[in-house]
Amino acid sequence: MGELLKERMKQIVTKRQGDHAEIACGKASLAGSVSQRACVFCGSRVVLYPIADALHLIHGPVGCAAYTWDIRGALSSGPQIHRLSFTTDLKEKEVVFGGETRLYNALVSLIDTYKPKGAFVYATCIVGVIGDDVEAVCRRVTKEKGIDVIPVMSEGFNGTKKDGYKIACSALSKLIGTDPVYKAPEYSINILGDFNLAGELWMLSEYYRKMGVNLVACMTGDGRIDDIRKAHTAQLNVVQCSGSMVHLAKEMKEKYGIPFMKVSYFGIEDMSDALYEVARFFKSEEMMEKARALVKEELSRLLPALQPYRAQLEGKKAAIYVGGAFKAISLVKALRLIGMKTVVVGSQTGNTDDYNLLKELCDEGTIIVDDSNPNELSEFVKLTGADLFIGGVKERPIAYKLGLGFCDHNHERKEALAGYEGMLNFAKEVHASVCSPVWKFMRGPTPTLPEGEGERGNHI
Amino acid sequence: MERTQKIQNTAGSEASPSGRFRGASSFSYPSGGLGGAVATRNACKLCAPLGASVAFKGIRGCVPIIHGSQGCATYIRRYLISHYKEPVDIASSNFTEEATIFGGGANCHTAIDNVISQYKPEVVALTTTCLSETIGDDVNLYIHNYKLHAKDRELPHFIAASTPSYQGSHMDGFHEAVSATVKSIAEGGGKGSHINLFPGFVSTEDLRQLKTIMSDFGIGYILLPDYSETLDNPMWETYRRIPEGGTPIESVKRCGSACASIEMGTVLNKGSLSGRVKNNNLSTTAAEYLKDQFGVENHRIPIPVGVEMNDLFFETLSRVSGIPIPEKYLKERGRLIDSYADGHKYVFGKRAVVYGEEDFVVAMTIFLSEIGIDVALAATGGESGRLAEEIRKYCPAKAGTILAKNAYDYEMIHEWCTANKPDILIGNSKGYYIARDLKIPIVRCGFPIHDRIGGQRIKHIGYTGTQELFDLIVNTLIQDKQDKSPVGYKYM
Repeated sequence: MGELLKERMKQIVTKRQGDHAEIACGKASLAGSVSQRACVFCGSRVVLYPIADALHLIHGPVGCAAYTWDIRGALSSGPQIHRLSFTTDLKEKEVVFGGETRLYNALVSLIDTYKPKGAFVYATCIVGVIGDDVEAVCRRVTKEKGIDVIPVMSEGFNGTKKDGYKIACSALSKLIGTDPVYKAPEYSINILGDFNLAGELWMLSEYYRKMGVNLVACMTGDGRIDDIRKAHTAQLNVVQCSGSMVHLAKEMKEKYGIPFMKVSYFGIEDMSDALYEVARFFKSEEMMEKARALVKEELSRLLPALQPYRAQLEGKKAAIYVGGAFKAISLVKALRLIGMKTVVVGSQTGNTDDYNLLKELCDEGTIIVDDSNPNELSEFVKLTGADLFIGGVKERPIAYKLGLGFCDHNHERKEALAGYEGMLNFAKEVHASVCSPVWKFMRGPTPTLPEGEGERGNHI
Repeated sequence: MERTQKIQNTAGSEASPSGRFRGASSFSYPSGGLGGAVATRNACKLCAPLGASVAFKGIRGCVPIIHGSQGCATYIRRYLISHYKEPVDIASSNFTEEATIFGGGANCHTAIDNVISQYKPEVVALTTTCLSETIGDDVNLYIHNYKLHAKDRELPHFIAASTPSYQGSHMDGFHEAVSATVKSIAEGGGKGSHINLFPGFVSTEDLRQLKTIMSDFGIGYILLPDYSETLDNPMWETYRRIPEGGTPIESVKRCGSACASIEMGTVLNKGSLSGRVKNNNLSTTAAEYLKDQFGVENHRIPIPVGVEMNDLFFETLSRVSGIPIPEKYLKERGRLIDSYADGHKYVFGKRAVVYGEEDFVVAMTIFLSEIGIDVALAATGGESGRLAEEIRKYCPAKAGTILAKNAYDYEMIHEWCTANKPDILIGNSKGYYIARDLKIPIVRCGFPIHDRIGGQRIKHIGYTGTQELFDLIVNTLIQDKQDKSPVGYKYM
């Protein structure tokens, strides 16, 4: 194995019988380690991004906005303001003399032009340093324009991506409860932590609707400011991607007495549990019956459809490296359903409980890792002989360079992978990549050139 | 005449350095239109550390470290990976709140340590960010201290580029990195017969093309940067922490003894004052520095797209080296001109919008004008204030009809296109949403290409690069006509 950083060893464990070593996690990334994580701003931005009728203004120099323009596959059924990238594009002048005037003018003119229902103003690194009073500007514009302008104090250096999630949750919590009139119908829930990637939320809400469950607000997939205002009227919060949204669920429990449950929509077991748990919560036998019928119907279609893929994927090995550990847990199970074994599993932001659960779930010898980097991931893949890598854009070229299949399970994906339909898409995508004939060229020998036939270059 | 004045006004107002340090309270916004004046909407530029990272990736055995928050490195990696479809390892010094308050020295030290132990690099290149520059971190001092601290060990070469994102765009970062490399590595000495080639921000295929040309001429050369391999590697049998390829440091040392430099691009980092003041000096390009310091003559030409600019490039090469242009290129040129005849009718008088980096826009505008396309709008997010001037210089006959716009963003381009209905968009993949909205065909070239494979392999320069672009543009316009035809047709 090539050299890995000693300081990182506590964040890597291998599942072995009788070994109870606990993984270290939740730490700041090591300088110089080429972490796959981003920053506080990134955490806040990805969570709030799908709110489609809000103005998202990034206060800082151009980079942070340019790199997050239309970055997620989060679909909206109506307004598309979220897909535009707005920035105050600070220059040296503002860095020296302050950017409040520019922020104010930008907000006012953008609100006048795009007429959003609300606005989020993201503070980037430099804003924290030059000391712009973003909150004061937001208060002023809120008063003048009559829409909520919410500061998101997400300076990049101020923690990890996870801290960014918390900051986004506090921003949402400022909106929640501001609709005093709305009364939710019976059996109402909020969905937290689904971002409507490739329309997944629409599939999920359809399942719930068939069970007789009403959706008050989704945070934040296909999100709307006015729905979020009503979120306090729901009877239950159903939380997916617990890493990003559990803070908000806890806060809503304290503030409004709304209980929450953690679910996952990936894979058959977790998806079905997510429906049964809701029915169980509402203590409605009728709802449970509908859920059972739904699951039965979906499975009767899905299971035979999965069979041909499973037949070809049986025994193949997968490496998983994703943002949140909860998703990793579901993926291990989903892979099992199509006959595949997980040999490496890790996340950017998992906590101790997540990792313990992963350890319990995985087979002997599985490598479990927190906050990994390209060097480690490539070593692990080599070591375990994985056939497939599941990750995001940054992991894709690592997989391809090593000649193994890849499935994009990050927030940029264009394929719906949640729910029953998503499980079939997942199997199709994994199959298309793992069983492609192209890999034989990468694993096979290269023809050798006769002596002296190399490139006649003369780069000196 | 009216249009010409428009160009002058644009250039004049944006290049003005006088307002640079006016107080925020007296800061006023240009009236008319929303866009760049008040807020940037869908920026047509990126931040300086991205450009610097690309340039540093073109040095052999180099690992760039971005001195700032973790997100800077990760976002930039993600952006580059989506274009190059390659692993792009860029380290971060991973600022914390503590580093922001007390200085990033300790983080910088740890980052260098960890990069050295993981990658065993030949070169460690540090590029700064808005954060580290604003708190006043002195990266050169940190490097000095690191060297003192580790004086018993064999250390890699260090290069540092000052690239705060509030100064200029990614192109300023790119050129600053090339310039910083030459400044810290190049040595003088007896004049050799080799030449320096500074290609600017071109594709990996363009770089390979340049190497073939130099090889065919039989000229010894130093190409800087050369990311033709590092950002577009062949398949690996084993994972490489640092990809093969790149300009060797030993070669960069010899830049000072070259007989000439050829510098591609005419805007470079020569724009308005903002972005050009580095450590109390006006920044220079690498070739300018070599001229001042070692007397290496400099030939500055636009990025060679089109017959005219390639003639200029090949003639310059031939003159500098004393070697006649190889027949292969005369044939390529002949074939290109032959195809101009075949395709001229389909492009003549079409109104195009070209957008992207300034030097890219200048190069494409020269080429499009040469084949009879009217560039209606030439737009850039860059703010050098030089775009209009350069277009006027190289397309004097057309300058009056070309609207050249600095500090433009995609929404301004979108609004302009909505009002003016051009026939074709030419530029990177970020303009796709405009093309889709207005049902205008788009030809993808330049950087970035995020929605297609092979963006890094698009060839722009040389006679063959021009040939490929010309065929693509003609065929895109024919396809558009076919698509809109009620009957379709089988012959052109």
